[in-house]
Amino acid sequence: MAVSSPPATVPPRPRASAAPVKRRRRKVDWRAVGAFTVLTAPVVIGLGVFKYVAIAWSFLLSFNDARGTISIGHWIGFDNYAFLLGDSAFRDSLVVIALFTVFIVPVTFVASLGLAMLVNGIRRGRAFFRTVFLIPGAVSYVVAALVWKMALFNGLPSGVANVIGGLFGADPVPWLSETSPPVYWIAVVTLRLWLQVGLYMILFLAGLQAISPSLYEAGELDGTTKWQAFRYITLPQLRNTSVAVLLLILIGAFQAFDEFYNLFGTGLSGTATAPVKPPLVYLYDSALGDQNYGVGSAGAFLLTVIIVVITLLQGKFVGFGKKD
Amino acid sequence: MAVLTPEAPPAPARPVRPGRRGWGRAPKYALAGLLVLVFLMPFYIMVRNALMTRPQVSSPDWSWLPDPLSWVNFHDLFADPSVPMGHALLNSLVIAVITAPVGTMFGSMAGYALARIDVPGRRAVFTYVLVTLMIPQSVTFVPTFVVVGAMGGVNTTWGIIAPNLFSAFTVILFRNFYLRFPAEIEEAGRLDGLGYLGVYRRLVLPNSGSMLASLGALMFIESWNSFLWPLVIGQDPSSWTAQIALSTFLTAQTINLPALFAGALVTIAPLVAMFLVAQRFIVRGIAASGLKE
Repeated sequence: MAVSSPPATVPPRPRASAAPVKRRRRKVDWRAVGAFTVLTAPVVIGLGVFKYVAIAWSFLLSFNDARGTISIGHWIGFDNYAFLLGDSAFRDSLVVIALFTVFIVPVTFVASLGLAMLVNGIRRGRAFFRTVFLIPGAVSYVVAALVWKMALFNGLPSGVANVIGGLFGADPVPWLSETSPPVYWIAVVTLRLWLQVGLYMILFLAGLQAISPSLYEAGELDGTTKWQAFRYITLPQLRNTSVAVLLLILIGAFQAFDEFYNLFGTGLSGTATAPVKPPLVYLYDSALGDQNYGVGSAGAFLLTVIIVVITLLQGKFVGFGKKD
Repeated sequence: MAVLTPEAPPAPARPVRPGRRGWGRAPKYALAGLLVLVFLMPFYIMVRNALMTRPQVSSPDWSWLPDPLSWVNFHDLFADPSVPMGHALLNSLVIAVITAPVGTMFGSMAGYALARIDVPGRRAVFTYVLVTLMIPQSVTFVPTFVVVGAMGGVNTTWGIIAPNLFSAFTVILFRNFYLRFPAEIEEAGRLDGLGYLGVYRRLVLPNSGSMLASLGALMFIESWNSFLWPLVIGQDPSSWTAQIALSTFLTAQTINLPALFAGALVTIAPLVAMFLVAQRFIVRGIAASGLKE
């Protein structure tokens, strides 16, 4: 994200983006200022209240003992942060999300790219296949969790996963409560994969269709194999798309809440099956369950820092932010 | 879309690629067909279970089709007094129907101003909007709860709607869209004596239809499917959305499973229908929003 330039001071310089303006001193056009203000006011005020004020308030709250209250006044310094870092449940939640990310990012990336190449290589009925792979994107995590928990991985002999396993002679597995080995990851990962892979496929499809066919023709003349064409033409041409997709998957993974909450019924809502609480579920439990808004706020800031750092690191790693 | 364009000359009338035999693509179609079955399977399960009787669903034996069809589940879904499903669906509808157009409108207004009205301080406003993108959306649920709670928005519909009307992301997408907007239209309007707001309302807005539709559709889907925020703010059953009601159903002590699946069907039906109808716009919206992040 290019937040590089400082806020402009009064004489605005012409920018490449705007229609070229002759460089001369201008009087302020008050009608333009008025229109600009009217048009931007809702967003400026809305973001001000629900982001800036909210975050500032919450930041202060994170240094307060704010149990059962959202008012500031009982200063306790870094105690909330110390509590979080000392709480093994919080540290466990970081491990959970790290593991989840390690599974979901490469799987989603490869699957969506593969799906895009498959659909792109199909002549007849391409729209049909694209639609089918995209449709799960309309389904909410709650509904998907319902189907996964109550039908696919319900652990009953008639659960779909067990029926399929039975075809190969496997015994029924209690998928969501089996922790050794932790097979519940299969349910968690496939759920998100089913929901999201079509959306990322669309991004890759757009990228693939922007590659000039002449590149492949030139390659064919040089006698490249299919793998070489993929490695030396397709992948480099998809670089921008790939970076965007990776980033989206990563950020999405770190914000996982819905499927964990509903699959494992943690927190306020019922019985835990496997002890799988990612950080947002932990935060939800401490802020809304225990009504401890100080710890909740501190957790929000720790998480934000972690996400921003990882995003920037990943950016460095894959070269995000390079302009071309 | 900043995809590198290779400096190759435009391809001359392309020869039909040699070497594509009639059967060459068969494995691709076979694989795609198999994947279609896999992708549609959860939908099939939903329909199947929604039409089964309770003993059938929990039977240890697998059966492909419900027999007889048990339509009563849809009745049970709305009859359960502990989970006000009908009311929850109505809440969801109200929320999405307000959030999508208003949120899209705010995004378009600010995006247009940031792209086309050159005033001192424009850059500052742009930065102000952009910075909020750095903060991961769902992490802000605690801060936003604190503010909305202080404003008395807990358990209210407006409390669920308000924070989602302002999306920095939508603003940025609209700004990019308006940067490429043909300037002639605006100039013509100005010659006819329209002010900035007049040009926006009479000329720019009517010509932004596809962008409004694509982001509106995405916002509608997002709003309809959102879970964490409505869960946080709507703790009282009267303010539950369809997703919350389903989730409560899902984690309840005794579950009427077929009714639960009927609920899932009812909840996804409007979105799947919308997806099929407005697919063109939705795909465009996804492509735009994905690549611009």
